[in-house]
Amino acid sequence: MAEYQLRRTLLYVPGNMPSMLQNIPLFQCDAVIIDLEDAVPLSEKDAARILVRRFLESYKERNKEILVRINGLDTKWALDDLKAVLPSIPDGIRLPKADSPEIVERLDTLLTEYEEELGLGIGHFKILPSIETAQGVINATRTARASTRLIGLAFGAEDYTATMEINRTKTGEELFNARMNVLWAAKAAGIQAIDSIFSDVNDMEALRVETELIKRLGFTGKCMVNPRQTDVIHDVFAPKQDEIDYALQVMDAIKRAREMGTGVISLKGKMIDVPIVIRAARVLRTAHAHGMVDVVINEEDIHGAE
Amino acid sequence: MNILKRGQAGTMQSSDLMVIVEPADKLIIEIESTVKKQFEHLIRARLEQVLDKFGVASGRISISDRGALDYAIEARLETALQRAGGA
Repeated sequence: MAEYQLRRTLLYVPGNMPSMLQNIPLFQCDAVIIDLEDAVPLSEKDAARILVRRFLESYKERNKEILVRINGLDTKWALDDLKAVLPSIPDGIRLPKADSPEIVERLDTLLTEYEEELGLGIGHFKILPSIETAQGVINATRTARASTRLIGLAFGAEDYTATMEINRTKTGEELFNARMNVLWAAKAAGIQAIDSIFSDVNDMEALRVETELIKRLGFTGKCMVNPRQTDVIHDVFAPKQDEIDYALQVMDAIKRAREMGTGVISLKGKMIDVPIVIRAARVLRTAHAHGMVDVVINEEDIHGAE
Repeated sequence: MNILKRGQAGTMQSSDLMVIVEPADKLIIEIESTVKKQFEHLIRARLEQVLDKFGVASGRISISDRGALDYAIEARLETALQRAGGA
């Protein structure tokens, strides 16, 4: 399988601010989302896309994933955004207001045209759609399968609560159903689920609580508005040493079981079978991506040889 | 291209620059910069490169630089030229 790509932290960077753009190489986050949408005033859309393009052309030794949030495909700016930034080869496009699979399919077609024009392999440009309206949540299951370019679904709580005509709270009860729907859609399609931003940059404790919650639910990453939030989020997503130790024991136990010709074995009184092994493998892959273990888990380790 | 009208781009924030381009009979480049002493020649060279690329032979190009890097100088001038009705 392809190497497991960590996307714990995705930082929004305003597209029209050189002072932020040129710090991108220094940020410790896994990915950045350079924003041409909400962070750019209407009068500066033309300036921002040119600035982003020239910045990306100058940023040759990329050390993180680069996504560009274009304006919605229903706006007059989206096509110019793509035309300007795609030749500077970002890794993908964050698509706002992905309310239906048709919108994602439309972007997919446009990206294919640019890949042909630029001489890139088809599928080079990835898509991360934003599920950020009531309609988007309802259609998430189909949207998650709309294109093979999808790396995940990203939940946008700020716009979602706006379309629901409700307030967003720090405890987030009002987001539960929407988050679960996005999670089910993403997991069923085998792609990542990325949670919304947490906007209070000064409340690190509430950020930690929310990140712990969304990790427990199944999200594998979170968007950010400020690089200061990186450490807390990485810390929450890092596998704990006892989780790693246990996962290693599980992999060892199932290996022994298979040598004895069975698919089930007991480890310290608990039954170890495939679902437990899959979970352990996930912990070890995440730990490997964090540089915490050397062991590389392949499919045969999880499911055994035929 | 020809500069048909006044075009302005950029900001006065740090690491950025403000560019104003206006029609003129010949090419005039005016540079104000927080790092003028050390970098004026490099800024000028970069501006000339972009003007060359767009075939701009005349116009008044005034910049107020706040320590912008090359890519930003290039982008802001390009935007100002575009807004000036030609690029």
